[in-house]
Amino acid sequence: MNIWLNFLIDSLAFGATFMYGSTGEILTEKAGHLNLGIPGIMCMGGAGGCLILNMIGKSGLPPFLIVILGILGSLILSMLCGLIYSFLTVTLRANQNVTGLALTTFGVGLMKVIMSKLDATVYLIGPKMMYRWPFAGRQDSLQCLGVLFFLAIIIVLLSSWVLFRTRVGLQLRAVGENPATADAVGINVTRYKYMATCIGSGIAGLGGFYYIIDYMVSQEAYLSLEAFGWLSIALVIFALWRPHLTIIGSFVFGFLFSCSSYITNISWIQVTMATKPLLKMLPYVVTIIVLVISSIRNKRENQPPASLGLSYFREER
Amino acid sequence: MSTVKKNEVREPLIHLSKRTSVNPVRAWAIRIAAIVLGLIVCGLVAFLLIEKLNAHPEKIGDFYTAFIKGSFSTSRKFWKFLKNIAILLCVSLALTPAFRMRFWNIGGEGQTLVGVLGAIAVDFYLGGKIPEWLLLILMFIAALLTGAVWGVIPALFRAKWGTNETLFTLMMNYVATFLVSYFLVIWVPSGSSSLGKLKYGKLPSIGNDYLLIILIVVALAVALYIYLNYTKHGYEINVVGESVRTAQYVGINEKKVIIRTMILSGALCGLAGYLIAAGLDQTVTTESAGGQGFTGIMVAWLGKFNPLAMILTAALIQLLNQGAAQISQDFDVSGAFPNVIVGIILFFIIGSEFFINYEIHFRGHHGLAEAGKEAVK
Repeated sequence: MNIWLNFLIDSLAFGATFMYGSTGEILTEKAGHLNLGIPGIMCMGGAGGCLILNMIGKSGLPPFLIVILGILGSLILSMLCGLIYSFLTVTLRANQNVTGLALTTFGVGLMKVIMSKLDATVYLIGPKMMYRWPFAGRQDSLQCLGVLFFLAIIIVLLSSWVLFRTRVGLQLRAVGENPATADAVGINVTRYKYMATCIGSGIAGLGGFYYIIDYMVSQEAYLSLEAFGWLSIALVIFALWRPHLTIIGSFVFGFLFSCSSYITNISWIQVTMATKPLLKMLPYVVTIIVLVISSIRNKRENQPPASLGLSYFREER
Repeated sequence: MSTVKKNEVREPLIHLSKRTSVNPVRAWAIRIAAIVLGLIVCGLVAFLLIEKLNAHPEKIGDFYTAFIKGSFSTSRKFWKFLKNIAILLCVSLALTPAFRMRFWNIGGEGQTLVGVLGAIAVDFYLGGKIPEWLLLILMFIAALLTGAVWGVIPALFRAKWGTNETLFTLMMNYVATFLVSYFLVIWVPSGSSSLGKLKYGKLPSIGNDYLLIILIVVALAVALYIYLNYTKHGYEINVVGESVRTAQYVGINEKKVIIRTMILSGALCGLAGYLIAAGLDQTVTTESAGGQGFTGIMVAWLGKFNPLAMILTAALIQLLNQGAAQISQDFDVSGAFPNVIVGIILFFIIGSEFFINYEIHFRGHHGLAEAGKEAVK
């Protein structure tokens, strides 16, 4: 396959990490909660999946069962983190930024402790082929597109559909825009906030799992995961709080990130080592530009949810 | 609807109300209880994670004494403890003016990092060519300037167009990180991307290597306390933080206050960067700020944005950090273990604030209905 096609598919596959992360974050933010714990949650999702695979990797269970159990393990740990976050911010009305940062500190630390104890030959070498199911045998970039990649696309489209086409989504958005009004019309604000945060965390956690087990496939992958959690939060802005736009956004981010390793193969572009960091800086600069432009245009549908970052206490005026 | 019950009020099981006044003794009792509970949970988590502890449960005593041992067992550790507090405190002090006006500056990490970068850039190009005292002054100016620039960019956009500052400052952290790796590639052509310790531009040592840094930060804490509580600027910051509309009504130009405060906040982060660059490292890496920009946010929040209380919270965080580092050394666990401990304790302290600020009434027991009846009498 030619190098360009390889490059494009690679960008897309890389982007799936952000697709999970930012879709999870969008769900949470739509409920009015800026979850800065996403990097920690993604790490815990990765650790949870690998922990299960470490137990069953050599057990000889049927491949599809191993795939599903790994995903379940990832979901359970990351949703537990989401539960901690929502208990503190929804029930105990703690400051969201501080709680999120504490969760990131905790999650990244715990993930590193857990991963340092696991055996890569068990959790990685065997199961990786199972996760790359349809294209596992191929030699080109297509092999990167496995079960979890397609799951990402499905989850992204499904979230967009739920958020913008169903009653549940409408009520969720109402909670994020103005919880007092939502409460007044009889929407259970607390339940929506809990559900959105926990489901969002589960989705984000899968992103960490995908990154370790499918995209990177290396036992050092977990060390670089945190940075991509932050990038996922950036992508939320880039996608203007719409899950389906994260597909495009994550492709662009993946493109910018992986082009620094592909660009050296292209003879007619003279690149020095110094260009690489600048290329990697681009996703963040682009995000800032999108953030600024959307605030200047001030179109109501492109803004962050109105009550983002504020806790809701019914009796407060 | 026919299912409406006749005059029957369904009272919720738990009813919350905000406390009108906070009893400081009660508040501290709750906080200390939270930390103790958190430490117990840390012990339980340690049983799960640390094989050595799991195999020898009797060593749990060593686990807890390590928190003391980590910071106080030798004078070197104790000075390191004080130095770590000073740097962390400097970053959190820098963030405080911004937080007081509800400007969520989570870009302390980036502002500190460009401060380091600015100072080191001056050191790299001018070190050895000009007198040391002049070099130190130029490094100081460069660090404060770069930090201020990094802080004021998001503030300008926030003041002019209301751009979300939390997300903007967060992104600026990563721009700063890659800016550092860009300069490292330029400065270190060999490709090792590690600058190494520079020969010039080191703050003089007075008695102890760390003493000067500690004194500077203590002076900063006192100065900032006075600035925030007893000056017109400090008052304006508080008014803008409480209510932008009030500020506009009384004729405070809130845009000017936002920009001015963020210049200060960024410059002080730059100062932290200067202390790291000239006082400790004499080099710059992408990890020079070491996550303290984020930890500093939690320190400032835990200290209720009061510069003097923040000395205590910074000390608590560093005590836990060094203690847990001692544990990971003694018990042979990953170097990431301190983060787990700090995270757990933070969860408990964050949660405890709820019990300080809110009152919980249970149905029947201290029910509101009865309170209402008494009020009627």
